[in-house]
Parts: sequence; C-alpha cells; structure tokens
Amino acid sequence: MENLTEIRWHGRGGQGAKTAALLLADAAMGEGKFVQAFPEYGPERMGAPVQSFNRLSEKPISLHCSVTSPSVVVVLDPSLINTVDVTKGLPEDGALLFNTPLSPEEMREKIGLSGKRIFTVDASSIALKTIGRDIPNTPMLGALAKATGLLDFDRMIHDTRAKLSKKFASRPEVIEGNVKAIETAYDEVKGEE
Amino acid sequence: MGKKFVAKTGNETMAEAMRQINPDVVAAYPITPATEIVQIFAQFVADGVVNTEFVATESEHSAMSACIGAAAAGARVMTSTSSQGLALMWEMLYIAAGLRLPIVMPEVNRTLSSPINIHCDHSDTMGARDVGWIQIFSENVQEAYDNLIQAVVIAEEAKLPIMVTTDGFIISHGMESMEMIPDKEVTDFIGEYKPAYSVLDVDNPFTVGAIDFTDYYFEHKRAQIEAMSEAKKIIPQVQQRFGERFGRKYAAIEEYRLSDAEVAILVLGSTAGTAKVVIDELREKGHPVGMLKLRVFRPFPFEEIVRALSSVKVLAVLDRSDGVAGIGGPVFSEVRSAMYELDIRPRIVNYVYGLGGRNIDLALIQSVFTDLEKIAKTGKAEKMVSYLGVRE
Repeated sequence: MENLTEIRWHGRGGQGAKTAALLLADAAMGEGKFVQAFPEYGPERMGAPVQSFNRLSEKPISLHCSVTSPSVVVVLDPSLINTVDVTKGLPEDGALLFNTPLSPEEMREKIGLSGKRIFTVDASSIALKTIGRDIPNTPMLGALAKATGLLDFDRMIHDTRAKLSKKFASRPEVIEGNVKAIETAYDEVKGEE
Repeated sequence: MGKKFVAKTGNETMAEAMRQINPDVVAAYPITPATEIVQIFAQFVADGVVNTEFVATESEHSAMSACIGAAAAGARVMTSTSSQGLALMWEMLYIAAGLRLPIVMPEVNRTLSSPINIHCDHSDTMGARDVGWIQIFSENVQEAYDNLIQAVVIAEEAKLPIMVTTDGFIISHGMESMEMIPDKEVTDFIGEYKPAYSVLDVDNPFTVGAIDFTDYYFEHKRAQIEAMSEAKKIIPQVQQRFGERFGRKYAAIEEYRLSDAEVAILVLGSTAGTAKVVIDELREKGHPVGMLKLRVFRPFPFEEIVRALSSVKVLAVLDRSDGVAGIGGPVFSEVRSAMYELDIRPRIVNYVYGLGGRNIDLALIQSVFTDLEKIAKTGKAEKMVSYLGVRE
C-alpha cells in the first residue's frame, strides 16, 4: 500500500508500549493521517517482552493482519536485545530507535548489526528529569518525530499540551513536564554520521 | 480531511454507541475480549451520563435472563459478551428469540475452549447460528459502530434480538480512525422505543413464556421463522435510512470489485479489509479477482449471494470456524447450498483459516487466489476443504 508506514514497538509489560502506540496514533491523527494502533496480546505479565504496532497513512487503512515488516522499530527497553530479535522483518533502509544512553555506533556494535539506520536517545533519563518517573514513551515520541519525520514537531507539542490540559488542569507541572520531555528528546536524539 | 475523525478501539466504540443509545437496562457479566465494552459503559452509568439501570450479574446465563425479563417489561435492553460467555447464555438465547424480544448485544468474536484461547475466530457466534438472533458482522471499527446503532432499530422493527459482532482483539482492541455521529442525531435516528407488549402494562395483561404443546407450538415457531424472513426486508430499509442520514451506505452483502470477477472469495469480518488490499494488488496486475463480504449472516441473504456470484467461475468461501462435521466451515455449507439454485454454478471450495487468532496475512489470501485461478484453468479442485496457514 502506498503511503503506508508500519511501526513496531518493543517494551516490557507495564512499561507503556501499548500506550506509546496509542499516543502515536492520536498524534498522527491530529495531523490528518489515518491511523491504527494495536498491541500483541499474550499472557500479560509485568516485565515480559511485549510488542505493539502502528499503521499510519494518508489514506484509509483496511489492513487487519499483523505487522511483520515494519519500516520503523522502537525499543523502549534496551535489555530486550538479549532475548528478542528487534530487527526481525525490518528492511535494509528501516530505522531502529533505542531508548539507551549509548550512541548509535555503540549500539550497533553491541547488537552486531550491519545496515539499517540506528537512532538512540536516553529517554529514561529524560523522563526521570522532566516527568519524575521512568516513563520513556512520551520522550520517545519526540525522538521518533525527529528521527523519522513522521510527525510534525510543533503540532505534536500543541496537541500534547491541549490533551493533557483537560486531564491535569490542576497539575500544570505534569503538562509542562511531558512537553519538556518531548522537546528534550527531539533535541537529543542521535543518528549516525 | 473534511470529516471529524477520532481514534478509537472497537470496544470503546461499542461503549460510546451504547452511551448514545442510552438503553433502559443493561445486564452483563465480563469476559475477555468484550469486558471493556460494559466496563466503559458502567463508568457512564456511574457518572450519570446515561439513565440506564445497570445489573451486574453473577454469570452470562443470568445476564441474558435479566435482559429477557427487562425486555418483556418493555425496556430497551442491551448486554455484551464473547466466546464462553455466549455459550453459557445458550438456552436463554433461544428464549429471547422465541419471546420476540429485541435485545441488542455487541458480541466480540472469540474462539471456544478447549484448548483455552482468548483470540479471534467465529466459532462462538457460528455455534449460535440457529438460535434465532439476527447476526451482523463488522469489518472495522466504523462498521461496528454503525451496525450497533442500526441494530437497535432493526431489532425493534423486526421484534427479534440481534448481535453485532467484532473480531476479538483485531477490532475490539485495535484503535482505528472512525467518525462518530453526534449524540442528538443518534437519539433521533433510533427514536423512542414503544414496545407492542409490556408485562408492566396492567391494563393490557398478557402471558409470557406459557406452556405451548402440540396444539400451538408449531404455529408460534412458524411465526418466529416468518419474522426472520421479514427481517430481510426491514434490514435494507434501516440501512437506507442510515445511509441517507449519515452518508455511509450498507447492505446485507458488500461486493468488492466483483461485477467482472472470474474468481472470488467470500469473507466475513475484519479479514475483508486485508483481502481488499490483496485484490487491489492483483487487479493492478490484470487478475480478474473480487470479493463478496457477507455482513448480515442471519437472516441469511441467499438471494443476494446467488445474484452477486452468478457469473463467477470459481469461488472460495473463507470460514473463520469449522463445523467439525467433516465438511468444512458453516458459511461454506450454506453458501454452497444457496448456489445450488443456479443451473450453471461456480466451482466452490472452502478455506478454514485463522482459528484461535492465527494471523491471516496478504500472502495467505493471495495463495487462495492463486489456487482459484489454477482451478479455473484446469477445471479441477484438488481439495474441497483446505486449512489455511496451519502446520499439517
């Protein structure tokens, strides 16, 4: 399908991989895209490897099969690389975005990968600094916007603020923390030279 | 995008539709993957945004029993379930239909145990195909929402209970772009429910659930059967009114690039969306392929099916359940039987797929079309029933 982007999120149960996919769908829809977001359901338990998926397109999406060859893979927990093949189905020009303090070059060496594009951002540290908890999915959205160009940054900041304003009207620090997390990750995400 | 889209899962959508319908009574018991529907709706009840009397029961059998009592009292009644829950409702499903009570139920398609599995196939509602309920399948979140709103009107006009199904997890937990109808317009479309009879109407007493032996049982059953046939006229009328009002047109079947197709598949539910992508790709390469999407399964629209498939050379019926009868899936048996009407019939084969949630991807659907083209060319089908995407 033309104009179709498929994304796979890897995380651990309880880490917010499902929420990340839902947030991305919401953000992309705010830009007028057609969206899908769905998790992979198995025996859910805290800490177990989980996946979730997105489809984004300029046109209505009718596909209802699994995502098997995503063009973008986002890894919320870098320790997953020891147990899960996060590159599975990713084409040669596909992009991998890791939540890690390592540089893309260090990450490439660590997983022994040749080809494909690697991006890294220390989303956990950013989340701790800005939101006060290790919830990497919000900053990962900012990093994803920069690394892939899939989302419009200004629009995303505007939408995030608008959305959180309703829920956290009495706690403006939550809203600003999340906005700051996205901004910082957008600025700090690193690609390869 | 001129339209106002929102991103919602199938379950969220069904709960929102229930909020807009604002039924008098909802009695339910939770079961994966349908739990969220009533869970979200229960929050609407707690928040006072609906006027519904919510009855939390101790089982699905009790939930359907409470629905039957409330509907007999003249209330607009809804519930929701899936899989084992539907199975536990079994005897009460027949009673709801026999008493001609227009209960509306979003049903999330999930397989049945054993082996235990929470994922999608159509075994649950296919097992309930003879219980006397209208059954409408949904391809996507939008269709599920639209079907549920139409279902209220269809049930009340046909005086029959109705289930609107969504594929478990694929639609129930999949978030998609969809368009909601403003609350007020839903209220106007479904109108006020005026039951023909109510046990609470003491000025006009009547009997519900009386003994009905050899003297009149057959006549009452015959009337119920007639009501299901009559629903074949009511459903298109409601669909037309819905289309005129909200711009989305529906029919008992959807024909996709079928008019000049030489080989075709017949599909229900979410797989139809995936198949459309395969068909578009094959059409671009010059293959005359098409699809019939069966939306209304009960009443069975055999006239429309026969008309739409009369010029097809080879047809594959894709069943997401097996009758475990040694002759493939239930939709296959019924479609094959309907097509016997024609003097010149297509070759018809069956593919059972996706049991227990097994993924059905583009390549698998494409392999079916490859088989069908081979059958069209050679005139020979190696197998009548095949199992798609299984290790054997």
